[in-house]
Amino acid sequence: MKNPLDSLQSTVVLGFVLTVVLILLIHAIA
Amino acid sequence: MEFVSFAWWTMAFRWLHVISGIMWIGHLWYFNFVQTPSMPKIPDEQKPAITKFIAPTALFWFRWGAMATIVTGLILAGMNGYLGSAIKLGIGDHNAHNTAIGFGMWLGTIMWFNVWFLIWPNQKKVLGIVPAQPDEKKRAGRIAGLASRTNTMLSIPMLYAMVGAGHYY
Repeated sequence: MKNPLDSLQSTVVLGFVLTVVLILLIHAIA
Repeated sequence: MEFVSFAWWTMAFRWLHVISGIMWIGHLWYFNFVQTPSMPKIPDEQKPAITKFIAPTALFWFRWGAMATIVTGLILAGMNGYLGSAIKLGIGDHNAHNTAIGFGMWLGTIMWFNVWFLIWPNQKKVLGIVPAQPDEKKRAGRIAGLASRTNTMLSIPMLYAMVGAGHYY
């Protein structure tokens, strides 16, 4: 399987997906 | 306006932290958005301009920018009195600011580790600053490249946490 980090576009998309996860985590903890 | 007040020094460290952070992440994005995608398009005889001159200088400011960012950031968190709470992600403190800045600090620390312990040691082999066999160079390039991409990915939520802690949470 191709590593998604080999593509710059996938890297940026993953960054935004992780940001959504982060927002949910901050709200869950605080 | 008092220039020697604690509040002014806290502001000054925040300013130095942002300057250092721009030096670091600016170069990170230069590597990932400009240099790496351009390398295959550069004729072989012109590639040494990047590998011998531009990349080593960019890596210098990149890694020391990372070092200055974490040092000024830890001082800033200490001066603001939330270092301990942020390290444990504000868990139990019911303080969204400390949870947000804590996530930002942990993401930034992972990125700093990647710079100094994965990207830089492996880039030294790729660029010939330390001697390495061709297969070792190839492997080093793969590790450095993936660590750099990981940091590009993490920079997006890291900046959300940092800016969010300053202006929203």
